[in-house]
Amino acid sequence: MQLARVIGDVVMTRKDESLAGITLLIVQPLTPEGEPAGRPLVAVDAVGAGVGEEVFFVRGKEASFPFYPAEPPVDAGIVGIVDRWDLG
Amino acid sequence: MQIARVVGTVVATQKHRKFEGAKLLLVQPLNIDDTPRGHALLAVDGVGAGVGEKVLVVLEGRAAGEALGRKAAPVDAAIIGIIDTVTIHD
Repeated sequence: MQLARVIGDVVMTRKDESLAGITLLIVQPLTPEGEPAGRPLVAVDAVGAGVGEEVFFVRGKEASFPFYPAEPPVDAGIVGIVDRWDLG
Repeated sequence: MQIARVVGTVVATQKHRKFEGAKLLLVQPLNIDDTPRGHALLAVDGVGAGVGEKVLVVLEGRAAGEALGRKAAPVDAAIIGIIDTVTIHD
């Protein structure tokens, strides 16, 4: 899992049926220092995150698990909204 | 998932049986500002996308198989939707 900031959203009308009702957000992965780490990507939202929030997301088929028994064809999903993080 | 633009179609007669009836498209991954990112790749199409359309591509094997509706399909990329809008909030 990785820290990220939500920077935007994606809207699709024609899509895989199992994506109905699922929010798609654009996330910018972050370093522990809060700097951008690599390129933005699109992730499904399982926790009600919004633009500007810091979140953590999971990569891979596991991103579909919050929607079980539905199995949307997704490879990245937001699974938590971060209140804060601290560096030792 | 990755935003991409459909840039071509692919026809293959001889292929693994799990590809029977599947539509193969060439997609060019895009950056957030719509500039090309990296090299084009092949994706199966589960939503009826066409050349020139901006699409959302899943880049993971099992998820791509789900999009195709087939278990254990030897695929690693699939188009899962046609994008209406992308909004970046500065």
